[in-house]
Amino acid sequence: MSSISLSLRSYAPRSVWSLIGTLFLFLGAWVMVFPFIWMVSSSLKPTDEVYDANFSIIPRTFKGFENYYEVLFNQPYLIYLMNSFLVCCGILIVQLLTAVPAAYALAKLKFRGSSILFGTVIAALTIPINVTSIPIYVALAKTGLLDTYLAMMLPFFISVFAIFLFRQFFRGFPDSIIDAARVDGFSEMEIILRLVLPSAVPAIAAFSVFSFVAHWNDLYWPLIVVTSQDKMTATLSMMQYQSDFDTDYGRTFASATVVTAPMVIAFLFARRLFIRGITMTGVKG
Amino acid sequence: MSLGTKKRAQTRLAYMLVLPATLLILGIYILPILTVFGISFTDYSLVSNYYEFVGLENYRHMLADEAFGNAIVNTLIYASLFLPSSFIISLFLAIAIQERKQFRSILEVLYFLPVTSTLAAMALVWAALMDSNQGVINHWAGAVGLGPFNWLGSETMVLFSMALISLWSVIGFNMVLFLAGLTAIPSSLYEAAAIDGADHPVDRFFRVTWPMLGPTSMFVAVTSSITAFKLFDTVAILTQGGPNRSSEVFLYLTFLEGFEYFNMGYSAALSLVFLGIIFLFALVQALFVDRNVQY
Repeated sequence: MSSISLSLRSYAPRSVWSLIGTLFLFLGAWVMVFPFIWMVSSSLKPTDEVYDANFSIIPRTFKGFENYYEVLFNQPYLIYLMNSFLVCCGILIVQLLTAVPAAYALAKLKFRGSSILFGTVIAALTIPINVTSIPIYVALAKTGLLDTYLAMMLPFFISVFAIFLFRQFFRGFPDSIIDAARVDGFSEMEIILRLVLPSAVPAIAAFSVFSFVAHWNDLYWPLIVVTSQDKMTATLSMMQYQSDFDTDYGRTFASATVVTAPMVIAFLFARRLFIRGITMTGVKG
Repeated sequence: MSLGTKKRAQTRLAYMLVLPATLLILGIYILPILTVFGISFTDYSLVSNYYEFVGLENYRHMLADEAFGNAIVNTLIYASLFLPSSFIISLFLAIAIQERKQFRSILEVLYFLPVTSTLAAMALVWAALMDSNQGVINHWAGAVGLGPFNWLGSETMVLFSMALISLWSVIGFNMVLFLAGLTAIPSSLYEAAAIDGADHPVDRFFRVTWPMLGPTSMFVAVTSSITAFKLFDTVAILTQGGPNRSSEVFLYLTFLEGFEYFNMGYSAALSLVFLGIIFLFALVQALFVDRNVQY
């Protein structure tokens, strides 16, 4: 009873405020999305229209086809995109292949040194690539491996975050099922592949999204190890514009759109998975 | 007997499973960190093979180095602009969105969009929007009688502009974290507070939401602080530390010393300071989480 009268009492003024609040939220959302709208709109325009401060979303002269054709077929953007894709896939595959078994062993098997290993994993969680980049760079330089796909992927072949995450996940898997499977004559590998791994698919999917997005968007490491055009990643290619590499602004923003599009489109298709995958990394600290 | 061999087989399997990861951790984390320590006590430079042990010289140099002081100050100014705003705005957004269940998913998507996008590419867009002559932002500011602002070209404004771009790119991330925290607060607490007379939204916030959100707030504060300290992409793309070093932040300076000037020894010392600061943040978080568990 009292809650009904309470809500009635506050209903009238609150609905006005609520409406204003909703309007502000959508206004804020417009601000968040505006740079994307501006970018796509500019990518369809000729240069002089891009820097016309009197912005209109619909181009007065449509140059979209030329801009995108130039970027994709006369400039090496397809190669850049391919490089990014290859590097992200390579990193992710090795990360999964190394982290999943290690995490299972740490979660479910007893062996000497397991607590030292896990402690090291936790400590390594706080170490970003920016700290280890010098020795890794020097080692790659001395072995003549700079400017190779291997150099672009190597520092990320192990994800201590993935080990940590999967270990937490595997620990939740009931021991009784594993023991029953052992009694039934399942080998340990069969247990991992047929019982535990399928149950970890949500965690693996979320981590995969995180890893892919993080390395697609990474500028720091490619900037250090990549020197040639044919190894350049999509994100690194944006550095070319820092010194007015291309004075055709319509084309510039067509290339920015091409670089941003894969992650944004993937996000729109798998919203839940993206939000979960990217925010869980906060654990990384 | 068979139990014993089984156990031994299991241990052997465990070692096989952790072997690749262990080797990679050794090669990618342990060895490099030890090497960074070692290099930081030398004057090693990639351009010459000759180097010598200089003891703490690199660390002493830091204290006298104007560029170091400048980078620290720039980072702190940037962080003091970025941290409070990114915290408060995302908290407000989360509360407002939480109350509007019917719009929650669409708003979540719109605000989260910048988080997934490629910051290096979007930085170019921001540069165009912030252009002092033909940029859309100055055009709109002019329409209400403000500006024109020299967003990226003025020494006094550039860190503010960097903070603005970072804010845009991170709000959705913090907001989702806050939303998760808010969803976990049982509605019975609000009902109990309402019976106690705390019905006004401000009362509800300070009596229930804020105390219950403690761990989430701490988490957001720590991750944002680390993000703030890692500012790199927008600086590298938009200003390269300029104008006149006014946007040269800590990580960017470390990068310049190491990979532009090849002062590896000094850069190694700088990156260890960088690690120390991140470690401090992690420690704060760990201590807080522990205390929270005791409650």
